[in-house]
Amino acid sequence: MVLKRPPEPKWLGARWVPPATVALCLVPLAVLIGQALTGALFPNPIEALVRGLGDWTLRLLLLTLAITPARRLTGWTRLVRLRRTIGLITFAYAVLHVLAYVGLDQAFHLPTLWADITKRAFIILGMVSFAILAVLAATSPKAVVRRLGGRRWRRLHRLIYPAAILGVIHHAMMVRAGWGTAGEHAVILALLLVLRLPKPRLAGVFGGRGGAEG
Amino acid sequence: MPVHRRSPWSLPDSEVTPPALFRARRRFLKAGAGSLALSAGLASGLGGWVGAARAAVERPGKLAPLEVTGTTHRVDEALTDYEAVTTYNNFYEFGAGKEDPAENAHTLKPRPWTLSVDGLVARPRTFDVADLLATQPLEERIYRLRCVEAWSMVIPWIGFPLAALLDRVEPLGSARYVRFESLIDDERMPPRNRAPISYPYVEGLRLDEARHDLTLLAVGLYGEVLPNQSGAPIRLVVPWKYGFKSIKSVVRISLVEDRPLNTWQALQPSEYGFYANVNPEVDHPRWSQARERRIGEFFRRETLMFNGYGEAVADLYRDLDLTKWY
Ligand code: HEM
Repeated sequence: MVLKRPPEPKWLGARWVPPATVALCLVPLAVLIGQALTGALFPNPIEALVRGLGDWTLRLLLLTLAITPARRLTGWTRLVRLRRTIGLITFAYAVLHVLAYVGLDQAFHLPTLWADITKRAFIILGMVSFAILAVLAATSPKAVVRRLGGRRWRRLHRLIYPAAILGVIHHAMMVRAGWGTAGEHAVILALLLVLRLPKPRLAGVFGGRGGAEG
Repeated sequence: MPVHRRSPWSLPDSEVTPPALFRARRRFLKAGAGSLALSAGLASGLGGWVGAARAAVERPGKLAPLEVTGTTHRVDEALTDYEAVTTYNNFYEFGAGKEDPAENAHTLKPRPWTLSVDGLVARPRTFDVADLLATQPLEERIYRLRCVEAWSMVIPWIGFPLAALLDRVEPLGSARYVRFESLIDDERMPPRNRAPISYPYVEGLRLDEARHDLTLLAVGLYGEVLPNQSGAPIRLVVPWKYGFKSIKSVVRISLVEDRPLNTWQALQPSEYGFYANVNPEVDHPRWSQARERRIGEFFRRETLMFNGYGEAVADLYRDLDLTKWY
């Protein structure tokens, strides 16, 4: 069976799409800051801020990962333009998440921070994930991509998968009973990973033939 | 130890009530402070709404008031805002999120309610909680509450010592521990709301801990009966232990010979023990216990050994290795 794909909409190539994407991705941040300012994060606003930023880091990371499968499924090649933008905003959220933890939650209290980053597995996994995101962000300018060469760059950027897996484990480990929303993140990530399997294997997973090109 | 015996009504007028201060700040922020006020606003919106001053206990006027004989224990620190005390709760029967119990616990139906006391006692009995309220003199006690998740509050409880109830059933010499059990009821605690732990929720104390003067059976807070999300109509309060020991909506108390297996220890023995004494030196594997965030404050504060009640309770643990028996 061949699914008929909708044609790529023209506006996807429009100049306003990247800035609009940035604006859209910054809405959760604006909402969080607004809530922090008006007391809406009462009664434990710092915890709510750390968690809200962590949640959005992971959601945007999953969105970044969804771009390539979405392109494969729809055939809309210009979606790829947005991948780098969303990826960079993801890193910005990660930076804010870590800053909120270090600066607001722990108020730069070095003994606690040291104990946390040396002893707590969930923090260590978060740090590894963060370090990967930092490397990917640092190697995303076009000039760097050119210097690295496409193949090496692509191989390096496959690290986004371990980053996402570590992010989900980091989240699941801080939940005290069961999975909480970490379960939803895990399911979405698993789905995205399956969709990213090379085509022959993907066909195997679904027990049928692979689709047309993609 | 900063536990005083004095009446809250004797406080000077200059002391401000936190809720009023909080609302005033909120109004100020809503009024749209300019960008210059942004950083000050952030600090204020992110915490710091508790007045530095100590407040008298002001009834919120939401639930039935309770008469007390007086305030018999009082920690000399600012009370946590009533709104925070009643919207930031752990009560897994109503959900794992802190805001879930306030939203879902309206189904609890705390009246009428019976509490059975059984096991190794000379006179097992089932108490009607309404009768208990009528026959047991009630005291106000302002205690710190320290959660194992490294946050804390100061709450004006109303209740009576657990020892008073134990005296009425006459424990036998063979009784060494007290086991507590919460209600579990599919209609009043719909399964769809529950977080995935085992029910009924079970807690336990050694008999000498249960008989300690600080150990309270609470029936109210802030001058009124307990809100459902706070464990209505009757709950335990053990101020020198992590909050999960202070079991809510109790239906059964049993005197037993063997140490009960409490819910959290059963679920994750490497993280939660039987004693669960507040101890800044023994970390939870997933977070440090050295400091805590007092709800309403911006900066964390140092956690006190036995939550600041060491003078009163340290003797109970003279012969116990607190690192092993966390
Ligand atoms: C240096 C790196 C990191 C540190 C120190 C860190 C620290 C934390 C802390 C302290 C919490 C809150 C725990 C609590 O409130 O009990 C948290 C939650 C969380 N973090 Fe991180 N994190 C880091 C990196 C990351 C990264 C890279 C991601 C995403 C890929 C992430 C996603 C999350 C999520 C989803 C939550 C849970 C939010 C919720 O409960 O709703 N974190 N993190």
